[in-house]
Amino acid sequence: MTPPDTSAAGRTSAATPAFSTERFRAEREADWIAFDALLTRLEKKGARGLSSDELLQLPSLYRATLSSLSIARATSLDKALLDHLEALSMRGYFLIYGVRQSRLGRLGRFLLHDWPAAVRALWKETLVVAAVLLLGVLTSWALVASQPDWYFHFIPEGISGGRDPRASVEYLQSTLGHGKAPAGEEEGALHVFATYLFTHNSRVSIMAFALGFAFGVPTLILEYYQGLSLGAMLALFTSKGLGVDFGGWLFIHGTTELFAAVLAGAAGLRIGTAVVFPGAMGRLEAAAAAGRTAGKVMVGVIVMLLAAGLLEGFGRQLITDTLVRYGIGTLMLLFWLGYYYLPRKAAAA
Amino acid sequence: MTPAETLVRQRRAQAKKVRQFVTPEGVDLELKIASSGLRLGALIVDMMLIVGALIVFTLLVIWLGIASRSDIMVSIWMLGGFLLRNFWFIGFELGQRAATPGKRLMGIRVVARDGGRLTADAVVARNLIRELELFLPLTMISVGAAEDMVGAWTALFGLAWALTLSLFLFFNRDRMRMGDLIAGTWVVMATRARLDRDIAAGEAAQAILFDDAELAVYGIYELQELERVLRTSDARTMREVADTIRAKIGRPVAEEDDVFLISYYRQLKARLERGLLFGKRREDKYASD
Repeated sequence: MTPPDTSAAGRTSAATPAFSTERFRAEREADWIAFDALLTRLEKKGARGLSSDELLQLPSLYRATLSSLSIARATSLDKALLDHLEALSMRGYFLIYGVRQSRLGRLGRFLLHDWPAAVRALWKETLVVAAVLLLGVLTSWALVASQPDWYFHFIPEGISGGRDPRASVEYLQSTLGHGKAPAGEEEGALHVFATYLFTHNSRVSIMAFALGFAFGVPTLILEYYQGLSLGAMLALFTSKGLGVDFGGWLFIHGTTELFAAVLAGAAGLRIGTAVVFPGAMGRLEAAAAAGRTAGKVMVGVIVMLLAAGLLEGFGRQLITDTLVRYGIGTLMLLFWLGYYYLPRKAAAA
Repeated sequence: MTPAETLVRQRRAQAKKVRQFVTPEGVDLELKIASSGLRLGALIVDMMLIVGALIVFTLLVIWLGIASRSDIMVSIWMLGGFLLRNFWFIGFELGQRAATPGKRLMGIRVVARDGGRLTADAVVARNLIRELELFLPLTMISVGAAEDMVGAWTALFGLAWALTLSLFLFFNRDRMRMGDLIAGTWVVMATRARLDRDIAAGEAAQAILFDDAELAVYGIYELQELERVLRTSDARTMREVADTIRAKIGRPVAEEDDVFLISYYRQLKARLERGLLFGKRREDKYASD
């Protein structure tokens, strides 16, 4: 930054060499200190903490520091100086090249573009996982419909809460929110119930995603298993003539929740397939690229599960009319499908 | 093993941790991969902070719950716990310094492996995998403890499998977790170094004059060790070092230790730096002059 002091260089004698690391430091030190101060403020307060003059100074100070680092590496043996310049350059690099958008801008871009685009990119995996889930439903449905004892293989008694083939039609109906509720306190604690469902389902989905890198096999098993318990329940309620009511009970939140579960599985599967079939990329890069797409989808999945948890905890308990339940479920499904798959203009990069 | 070999081996081990990282300006930042010990330390600090925050949060919720006499606090507690566990890491790593408090304390940070910027999706991906690495082994242990659902052997196999995932870090050169692998990230050293004073500058440089033969006995490694000793300026260490140097170059004890060391440091530094300018880099005293 500072032009070299020509008058000093002119007086060079044999005793004081033209270049010395001492003079190098003296000439440039002010820039490093200024850069350090700007970086510290930038880290603490963000870009708003700096005036426009200081923002303009930032890149030139950064380049001056990098050039000092190059010179120091070639000429200086002062370890403290080298360490400081390395640390300063690294901090500067990540701050200057790191953030290009405000958090709000990033959020907007994520909602409008990145999230649906990532989901669209996973359409193949989504179809495969949906098929596996459906296969699970059909398997257990067929088995339970022909032989009700199978039900206990799919749903452990601790979880079913009395919803099993031995139960009466009235009791089963009451679990769907028609007639008298079996437990009076349930209404008071709807939000607790909703929260529990949300956290539980999120964990299962995160697992389905995280297990994906084991070539996707555990993910598919997990999805199949989810399908199995769903099919068993469906078969049970249908056999008692409550199929339509159960459908409504399930549909109001199920469209959102199952969609989210399928997307989580698809995200896991994408990573698994990227590891097995990396294509033109190296295996590591393929996994990283898949991981980024999947990461975006997973943020979306958690948002979807939050919506599903609210629908399940509040909507389902407060709305007991089967037709309205179907209506809300269908609307939610249409909303998600439209949001993800409707063609739209590509966002500027 | 000779001391020279030990030194070479040490230097090679350090060089193994350095990764080329060239900025658009063409300067190699030479990032250093953070060691597994630092990573573990950071994790422990973060877990302790999370548990601490959870306890405070729980007490607050209990207090508010009693005050407001409503059970909405239960769901706030559940939601808060969930968010804290899952978004502690994500939230902090999305910040300017790309590091959780634990990582900051250890002086490490997350970096995108390809040198690009660290995107939110990468941070999310690397931290959601944590659920698997950290909590799956714990689940396996608790399943093994319950033991009525599956046999102990099954649980043991499950634990072994889960641990290979968690300990993936030890099996690769870049110390990547499973999550790092999938998100395309690295964890590197980001220690801050204060700009210390220039001990070579000043007037007293020529108090004692050493001749070329006396300065030729040491290289860069010894110079920088001497610099470290001078910066810490501990009287006893300085005495020992000064005596060693005096014995080596055959000078009597005539001056104060610090005066002797500083002038030796300055003249050795000047000599070695002059060598650098002529393209000679003498790494240590075992290298030829």
